[in-house]
Amino acid sequence: MSLLSVRELSLSFGGVRALSDLSFDVEKGEVFSIIGPNGAGKTTIFNLISRLYEPDSGRIVFAGEEMTKLPAHRIAAQGIARTFQNTELFEHASVLDNLLIGCHVHRQTSLFSQMLFLPSVRRQELAFRKVAEDVIDLLDLAAWRHQVIEGLPYGVRKMVEIARALCVQPSLLLLDEPSSGLNPEETEDLAFWLEDINEELGITVLMVEHDMNLVAQASDRVLAVADGQFLALGTADEVRSHPDVQRAYLGDAADSGAQA
Amino acid sequence: MRFLKKTRYEQDIALLEHNGQRFWYGLLLLLVLGAPFLIDGFYLGELSLVAIYAIAGCGLMLLVGFTGQVSLGHAAFLAIGAYCHTWCLGAGVPLLPSLLIAMSLSAAAGMIVALPALRMTGIYLAVATLAFAVIVEQGIAHWESVTGGYRGLAVPDASLFGLSVTDTTFFYYFCVALMLLATLALLNLLRSPTGRAFVAIRDSETSAQGMGIGLARYKTLAFALSAALTGLAGGLLAHKIGYLAPDAFNLIMSIQLLLMVVVGGLGSIHGIFYGALFLGFLPQGIALLRDALPPALANIPGLEPGIFGALLILMLIVEPDGLYGRWLKIRQYLDEFPLYRAKTHKRQKQFLRTERLR
Repeated sequence: MSLLSVRELSLSFGGVRALSDLSFDVEKGEVFSIIGPNGAGKTTIFNLISRLYEPDSGRIVFAGEEMTKLPAHRIAAQGIARTFQNTELFEHASVLDNLLIGCHVHRQTSLFSQMLFLPSVRRQELAFRKVAEDVIDLLDLAAWRHQVIEGLPYGVRKMVEIARALCVQPSLLLLDEPSSGLNPEETEDLAFWLEDINEELGITVLMVEHDMNLVAQASDRVLAVADGQFLALGTADEVRSHPDVQRAYLGDAADSGAQA
Repeated sequence: MRFLKKTRYEQDIALLEHNGQRFWYGLLLLLVLGAPFLIDGFYLGELSLVAIYAIAGCGLMLLVGFTGQVSLGHAAFLAIGAYCHTWCLGAGVPLLPSLLIAMSLSAAAGMIVALPALRMTGIYLAVATLAFAVIVEQGIAHWESVTGGYRGLAVPDASLFGLSVTDTTFFYYFCVALMLLATLALLNLLRSPTGRAFVAIRDSETSAQGMGIGLARYKTLAFALSAALTGLAGGLLAHKIGYLAPDAFNLIMSIQLLLMVVVGGLGSIHGIFYGALFLGFLPQGIALLRDALPPALANIPGLEPGIFGALLILMLIVEPDGLYGRWLKIRQYLDEFPLYRAKTHKRQKQFLRTERLR
């Protein structure tokens, strides 16, 4: 059984059909990328999975559980964590606090025990800190640990956001354009970290990405969408050479050029 | 400058980080506890008022400074606390249980106010809480059988361990003890998951949800805790003023409470106390100023609210981080002297706007 199955998902904003009858499956342990031109509905798919949008029709099943009935704040506890295209960090908190907020779903102490800061709360804080420190080690964020987000460089923010999502200890990680705004060197690092996250931590990764080099290097399978519709699914090379995908990106000129 | 070598995670959790802090906060505590021996009764009474304001400040700072929900209606919670406490004392409930009942009732009212807060932000929330404050004030004015209406309500005497709250020294220690408890509870919350959830909601509701933080639950909780602390302050304030009338809890009071946390410095615990001292002693300052001014100026009606308003606006323009923020900058200047750069704290323009899902 697939880890995540999306079945005939549709959503319209007024007259704009953002997604129509899109279906795909993400298998446990793979890196699955979604590509497509701007406005294809990639981020819409993410917002539907994280329940920020309500689909018009269709189902999302994660680890055998129907997700389309759950409120947005219950998704993390199911084991899905996400990042945002333009970063949505807690600006006035430190990097460490951002990561500790990522641990929120694992809390087990009551309000009153927290007010009194009982030993159980102290133990829990130390356990959270350990989780956060492991992630800091993995993503090499030690230099920024106590810095407030506001004022951090964009590349660091992107990594902090991935780190925060890892602190949720998810089984599925949704990355919305992780490489946008990163320089080539940072993008290269990102490819290695994706591998680490996927192979060492065993986290299934679903990502929306424009950088085809990164997509080809990191993903096991690639889904191409355009205008909210399914175009192609396969390995990066298969999808890249698929005629529908080329038409979506380059227009019909590609066809006429090929014929001439 | 002090450089700390940290070797254990506990050091980051500890409330006091190093011996320097232990020394200075210890000295401050000694001063606060020794105050009755150092100053006369009038100023001791004023200090009790500062402690009461600080308790309300803890509540308001939790809501406005840490959860990012504006409230222009906190005088209503103060009123609910004060009237409930007075009524309970009149019915023969002892001091501490009566304060607990006042806190619970106030918290319940806070939860009711939280219902619209779940759908509103910013200025709309401010207007909604303002409306709540007006409703409560009018309700108190017209529910004469319980509140005495505009005739007012005398606050009965109460005592603990045989000591009466009319005793200035005992009342001072009582207020300070409750203030310390409130502060400690707030500090503890802020270093545990619940407090971080509040901060997360303040900074980004969208990603707070993504991290598993239920907005409805935590906003309601923030309002309830905030209202409970303000209700406690209301109960103590009842003893301080001795005679309750609806106009003690009017709009000006709500604005003063908000002024307190803004002037102190939003989002900082220290700011609560700077703000409370400011609010507690500003009337004295204005009275002294009145004596010094020529009579034509000194007798202008509304001088006090006018100065309050002007200071609030001045503060927002000159130092949005509040008195505590200013102090941090001064301290940094002294630390780095003579290497301090003039533009260290120049506010940077943000060129990056995130797409918000609202």
